[in-house]
Amino acid sequence: MFLQQFIQGLTLGYVYALIALGYTMVYGILQLINFAHGEIYMLGAYMTVISFGFLTGAGLTKTHILLSIILSMLLSIIFVSACGVTVERVAYRPLRNAPRLSPLISAIGVSIFLQNFVMLTQGATYKVFPPVFSNTGFTIGSAKVTPVQITIIIVSSVVMIFLHFFISRTKTGKAMRAVAQDRIMASLVGIDTDRIIAITFIIGSALAAIAGFMVTLYYSLINYYMGYIAGIKAFTAAVLGGIGSIPGAMVGGILLGLIEGLAAGYISSEYKDAYAFVVLIIILLIRPTGLFKRPMEEKV
Amino acid sequence: MSIAWLMRIPNWLLIPAWFGVLSFPFTGAKTAIVISGGILGAGILWRFLERTIALSRGKKFSLFEQIKTIPSTAYLYLSLSVALLLPFITSPYVVDTASLAGIYIILSLGLNIVVGYTGLLNLGFAAFYAIGAYSYALLNTTLALGFWESLPISMAISAVAGFLLGIPALRLRGDYLAIVTLGFGEITRIVLNNWVSVTNGPNGIAGIQRPSIIGIEFKGVTDYYYLVLFFVLFTIFLINRVINSKAGRAWMSIRDDEIAASTIGIDTFLYKLYAFTFGALWAGLAGQLFAAKMRFVSPESFTFLESVLILSMVILGGQGSIGGSIIGAIILVVLPEILREFEQYRMVFLGAGLIFMMIFRPQGLIISRHNKP
Repeated sequence: MFLQQFIQGLTLGYVYALIALGYTMVYGILQLINFAHGEIYMLGAYMTVISFGFLTGAGLTKTHILLSIILSMLLSIIFVSACGVTVERVAYRPLRNAPRLSPLISAIGVSIFLQNFVMLTQGATYKVFPPVFSNTGFTIGSAKVTPVQITIIIVSSVVMIFLHFFISRTKTGKAMRAVAQDRIMASLVGIDTDRIIAITFIIGSALAAIAGFMVTLYYSLINYYMGYIAGIKAFTAAVLGGIGSIPGAMVGGILLGLIEGLAAGYISSEYKDAYAFVVLIIILLIRPTGLFKRPMEEKV
Repeated sequence: MSIAWLMRIPNWLLIPAWFGVLSFPFTGAKTAIVISGGILGAGILWRFLERTIALSRGKKFSLFEQIKTIPSTAYLYLSLSVALLLPFITSPYVVDTASLAGIYIILSLGLNIVVGYTGLLNLGFAAFYAIGAYSYALLNTTLALGFWESLPISMAISAVAGFLLGIPALRLRGDYLAIVTLGFGEITRIVLNNWVSVTNGPNGIAGIQRPSIIGIEFKGVTDYYYLVLFFVLFTIFLINRVINSKAGRAWMSIRDDEIAASTIGIDTFLYKLYAFTFGALWAGLAGQLFAAKMRFVSPESFTFLESVLILSMVILGGQGSIGGSIIGAIILVVLPEILREFEQYRMVFLGAGLIFMMIFRPQGLIISRHNKP
């Protein structure tokens, strides 16, 4: 049982890590908890189902199943990035210089809006994604591993490696780090901070879209409120790793997935959704800087 | 990336088209066209209004600037006259809605102490509401305590919960505190849902007694309305006294600048804890009133959305203003009742409304006299 729970936790952990990256990047730059990020992930899942349905209608899925899956992922990424950057433009940019709680309340507004918009337009029932991967898989010891789980782990790892190189090696990545360190100084040395913030939202949303895509493959069932709980868990993961820190979000996500998987297996699965909150509260109270410490100073 | 041609499209055309594109996969082509048409129409109407007013006044005119500067007394008189007219449209349904509004007034007044006066964002306020409601439900059904005997107990239990959460949580700042309170709210709900032996889980607790005075039961909706009205006035009176006391001044100074407040000798932690506990006390009262009204409680009534709804009342009405909380609560309870046929759109509008308020009128409808910029 340990191995089975471990693998399940690990798979979910990679998904949390992808979402957590979006939280942590936005927090690093704007010191804003992007409360709507869970909803962005939910949009990613819905867009996967919608574009897959569209491709089925076009008759592509019968002949080229793999191609159509990849296409629906790409469509989802493009669309969701557009949504993410729109959210930033509409709900956060006008509040750049507002008191700190204003953008958070605005983000809650975005979250409620998106959730209910999807419920209104797509219905309150579950949406089904046709099971395209075989469920057979292979066994390691006593545990079963499915192809989807392998896909999730591989795709997430590749995406994270890409992100790491993007942040550390490219000029845009350098500009992002500069804006995260000090927004005013960055703008003084000629960085277009609004553009960098928009790019951050695009990347964060794209990662959330990939997470949504993979969860859709994994569970085949999605609903309009899936983003709320996943968002909180990913936020917990980001805090666990040290919010603002990119490796922290990766490690935090995987760790949280493992904690949750093992706790659900050994303690009680009824309280499955409560573990993340308990971890979150404990971390915030004991070590609010997270595992990867980034010094926080109080500015007067 | 050559998107330069996009820049040449004027905004009044680009924005509606963009939102149409974004909603297309979810709504289908027809509704997407309706949405972008709606935005386009609203934009044109907006411009048209600005133009006509500018022409008649002979100078440039911006509606946004206008919204930002409508004097809050205008809203006050408007809302007061509506509130005064309400009892004359006497139907049991209106009175029943009014009692529900009364419960929410108490809740939003309680949350306003925490959010509006002290500047601490609490996203789990429904937890205290739930604790108050469940306290009465359990005291009444298992210990057979009456309404008046349990009232101080359930208020005290709520306040103690606020106190106990506050001790660790108030060391955190700003948005971290918000997230911890959110976590507390969720944990409370999950526990209520799963602790079946005590709370009867998702089925809730039924058969709660109605309140009564000297053997006379508060039976009809009107009786109950007067009970709620009494408690609303009691709450307004007490909160008003506290706000204008030393503690109230301390809260507002913490909200305006915590570091400055601590340098003039205010024990910020203690006063924040006081605000947290005092706010939770009123949630306990509202919870008990709710349980007595419905005669049934279940975890479903105390979700995160409930917390957001109460928060929206505080923000809509105006943070740090008693009149604002009252009007915010009334609007958000009464408006969905009036617009019953659009009920499904309620939450969409609530979300959009929160964004709109934050951008164009963050101070709320009623600007507090303590709070003038």
